[in-house]
Amino acid sequence: MRKKLIMLHKQALLELQNCSSLDELSEIKVRYMGKKGELTQVLRGMGTLAPAERPLMGQLANEIRDELENKLSLSLQKIKILEIERRISHESIDVTMPGSVTKIGRRHPLDTVMEKIEEIFIGMGYTVEEGPEIETDYYNFEALNIPRDHPARDMQDSFYITKDILLRTQTSPVQARTMEKMHPKTPIKIIVPGKVYRRDDDATHSPMFHQVEGLVIDENISFSDLKGTLLSFAQQMFGAKRQIRLRPSYFPFTEPSAEVDVSCGVCDGKGCRACKYTGWLEILGSGMVHPRVLEMGGYDPERVTGFAFGMGVERITMLKYDLDDLRLLFDNDIRFLEQF
Amino acid sequence: MRISWKWLKELVEFEKTPAETASLLTMSGIEVESIIHREHQIEGIFAGKLLDVFAHPSTEKLKVCKVDVGNNMVLNVVTGATGLRIGQLVPLARVGAVLADGRKIYKTGFKGIDSEGMLCSAEELGLDPDKLASEEKDGIYPLPGEICPGEDIALLLNLNDVVFELGLTPNRADCWGMINVAREVASLTGGKLKLPTVTDHGAGAGDSVKASVQIDDPQLCRRYVAKIISDVHVEDSPLWLKARLMNIGLRPINNIVDITNLVMYETGQPLHAFDLDSLAGQKIIVRKAINGEKIITLDGQNRNLNNDMLVIADALKPVAIAGVMGGLESEVTLKTKNILLESAFFHGPAIRRTSAELGLRSEASQRFEKGIDLENTALVAERAAELILEIEAGKPAHGYIDSYPNPEEKVSVKLRKNRINEILGTKLGTEVVQKVLEALNFEFEANGDSWLVQIPSYRRDIRLEVDLIEEIARINGYDKIPTTLPRGKMTQGKKNWAQTVRAKASQIMSMQGLYQVLTFSFINPRHLDQLLIPEKHKWRDVISVQNPLSEEQGIMRTNVIAGLLEVVRKNYNKRNKNIAIYEIGKVYFNDTFLQKSALPTEKYVLAAAATGHSEKTWAYPILEYDFYYLKGVLENLFKNLGINEEDCKFVHDKSIPFLHPGRAAKIFIHQQECGWIGEAHPLVLENYGLEQKTVLCSLEIEKVTDFATENKLYREIPRFPALIRDMAVIVPDEISAAEILELILSKGQPLLKQARIFDLYKGKQIERGQRSLAFSLTWQADNRTMTDEEVNQLHENILEALAVKFKAQIRS
Repeated sequence: MRKKLIMLHKQALLELQNCSSLDELSEIKVRYMGKKGELTQVLRGMGTLAPAERPLMGQLANEIRDELENKLSLSLQKIKILEIERRISHESIDVTMPGSVTKIGRRHPLDTVMEKIEEIFIGMGYTVEEGPEIETDYYNFEALNIPRDHPARDMQDSFYITKDILLRTQTSPVQARTMEKMHPKTPIKIIVPGKVYRRDDDATHSPMFHQVEGLVIDENISFSDLKGTLLSFAQQMFGAKRQIRLRPSYFPFTEPSAEVDVSCGVCDGKGCRACKYTGWLEILGSGMVHPRVLEMGGYDPERVTGFAFGMGVERITMLKYDLDDLRLLFDNDIRFLEQF
Repeated sequence: MRISWKWLKELVEFEKTPAETASLLTMSGIEVESIIHREHQIEGIFAGKLLDVFAHPSTEKLKVCKVDVGNNMVLNVVTGATGLRIGQLVPLARVGAVLADGRKIYKTGFKGIDSEGMLCSAEELGLDPDKLASEEKDGIYPLPGEICPGEDIALLLNLNDVVFELGLTPNRADCWGMINVAREVASLTGGKLKLPTVTDHGAGAGDSVKASVQIDDPQLCRRYVAKIISDVHVEDSPLWLKARLMNIGLRPINNIVDITNLVMYETGQPLHAFDLDSLAGQKIIVRKAINGEKIITLDGQNRNLNNDMLVIADALKPVAIAGVMGGLESEVTLKTKNILLESAFFHGPAIRRTSAELGLRSEASQRFEKGIDLENTALVAERAAELILEIEAGKPAHGYIDSYPNPEEKVSVKLRKNRINEILGTKLGTEVVQKVLEALNFEFEANGDSWLVQIPSYRRDIRLEVDLIEEIARINGYDKIPTTLPRGKMTQGKKNWAQTVRAKASQIMSMQGLYQVLTFSFINPRHLDQLLIPEKHKWRDVISVQNPLSEEQGIMRTNVIAGLLEVVRKNYNKRNKNIAIYEIGKVYFNDTFLQKSALPTEKYVLAAAATGHSEKTWAYPILEYDFYYLKGVLENLFKNLGINEEDCKFVHDKSIPFLHPGRAAKIFIHQQECGWIGEAHPLVLENYGLEQKTVLCSLEIEKVTDFATENKLYREIPRFPALIRDMAVIVPDEISAAEILELILSKGQPLLKQARIFDLYKGKQIERGQRSLAFSLTWQADNRTMTDEEVNQLHENILEALAVKFKAQIRS
């Protein structure tokens, strides 16, 4: 019996060593350890042995069985890993093939910029206001200290619907409308995005374009507050290193008035082609609300002061994305739109 | 406005380069838009006198000249020019000279004769041909006789100058005169003014003058000064005068007109010279025109006048349109012997109206419109008279006629120190403020912490305290104002719900693959026909623009579709055949706004258009951009805006004129009509030159806003599993999917949680006029796991109901 056990042991180990698949492995298991397996048979034959031999044989048989079981489970592990590795080796894909989700579209760059401007000012506590695009002469001009026959009307050649109704030439009428609605409450802190219209059509002017207007009215609002507000805006819009510069200018509804330049981002203000070698790019107009405009809006200019600013969204968009032709924005060529 | 650097230096003494000066001016609000450098544009060109001119011995085409160039030097010059005569003065570019176009002059041999220079034309000298008379333009530039050979042409013609182009804001009308620019430069640099001195001979022209002035409308003409000049010789101006005018972009005409122009540029006060002998009764009457009166203006145009327009008339008829342009009949000509020089102040708005109505703008009208110096009127006339005397063009009478019915009172404005600092956010002290006022040459009286400032008559833009505060800020420098943020009450920044929904909708549309476009709010009225919109339809209720730039932009759009179809076509023509776009913008309806004395109606819409198909991919089949594609896009939009699917209905509709009647629907949310969707009508496609099926939709985004919400409540996730069963039925075509779904859902209540169509089949095995629809039904109970038997029974019930109501057959 001992011989038989040793032989079985040897044979089983050899088979295990040569075994390379799960099927073979379970076959081996059944052949030796199954109910009718050879080792099981031998163990069953233990009864026929002399009592003195039994413990010795029993011990040997058990040792062999334990070892085989151990080896079996080790082989099982090994073969499983081999099998997985074999499967994996056939399953490679080309990870450089494109993903299979539908393409997303794009927002218009002008709308994106407009929203960005809105976000910046909302962050500073401004409410977004709107007003009609077809506007009365009163709100578009008179309430902004631009009476009929005022030379400043030359700056804004208008599209008329009737003698007194026109396509607004600026978003500023919403200043007047808001004051009328709010007075005498303070503070007013609004921005007004929207379409405006002027009779101009060339490489730098479109008959329809977009503006964002801002207005703050409260006690103790000063020109320095305007400066700080616009610096904060410019740095959020164009980058933290940008500086601004204010130049005296003229708008009938502000006094003092200022044109605002931002330092050129291409050359860091040193002067380059983009900024025409000045180091500065004009971005908006601004000023302290004219006392007459405050009065017409129902506020006492001795009690409250305010500032206002207005920017062309096309201009900001062109600066932000380095566009050289305004008309690209209204051509709606998909090859242009998909770049943003 | 053009400024000559040399001229400026004559008026003010200061030590700055042109670039520094330009920067100072720009930073103080007088924007220098460009600087034209002419300093070294031409070099080495001198006046020469032709001592002899004879034909070249070898060729007829050339001539040889002996040219006296001063210093007893005579040069040989070969030229192809014609019309030369001995004794003539010519510009000669000597060897080494540089011409305006950059060419250099070398010693050159012409068929055996060396040429030691070149005779120059106006263009070669860098003169603007538009500002020249024809005899000056062609051939060798003629120099007047007063010049000596050897004089440097660049100096003579003022060509070595720097010219600033100013971009003036309307408030700084004063800077339309050189003197006021000089004042500004003096304030900014501390330079010393050297203004021309003029003797005021006072009102009263003496007995010899018979002319008279009468102002009928003292509101529109506040002052009229007439200076009489006799013994006038009208001729070409001297070279210095011509040169100065050409340099600032003016065309020399004759000595009298040139002096009036020069003085206008010097002082900002427009002047006009009348031929006194052509004025009937030697009378000047400033009055409104009579309707129907006519005048031929200096530009040769016949102008119809009306009684809104101010004219200068003689005893009989208008002789000038006041402040705008003179009349041809009273023009100064070579025959003129006596002139009446007008220096007047006309009401700006009136001049502006007249010039706009006539479509006639002039140097004069531009200045009057913006306002000129009312106190300087007489002195300017005297100045012009002095210059006329100086160039020996005429003899001025001693005094002048001054009609000034309501002299202006001196304007003084109170300026408070604390107000300055309040407005500017500064801490300026008394000294700084006074220094600025002194720099500006404003007289003031200090009174504690405030000043009473006298405003000079040339600064009509300063009337309020804030105007003075701007002056303080401007001269002191905007860069010295600190940078702070408003410190008032905190405010919550926000968008309203409508604005939020629009932004969200835009985001959702673009995330689904559509591109946002932006088209003009005005469209060509022909679009209404192209879109087959019938008469009296609401989309014909348009607002017309009175003065569009072109017919293309003639009316305000009542829908966005025209614009979108144009975008589709343009892209299609650029070989982009697969297009999905949307726009969010306003449409405008007339709504009889005039009768209601209201403004027209404006509404926001979201509109989309798509044609072609999704991009080809290797991974899955392409998606046709058809009705169902766009419908799916909208369904996603609604869902993402928080609107329940079951609250949105698409109802077949044939009423939208530009849509395919079999493939169009109106969109209802909570029974409210909110928009429409459909395939473009084949005729519309043809009208727009589109070859491909195109789908369109439009939503009144404000209505959608009312239903959109961010409020959502959690519903418990069912604890018991759902059973999902498919069901396929064959139904007649005319039964809509919606009807079938509705029946299924109502029959399946309350255990049927969802029914979804997942297949549509027509064709083989299905009779014509029928289709097979496959549904996926989700069954679920809240309190138990449903059994197969239970669901089988419910399934049967539904099939039975479908068979009864719609003659549906089960498809096995």
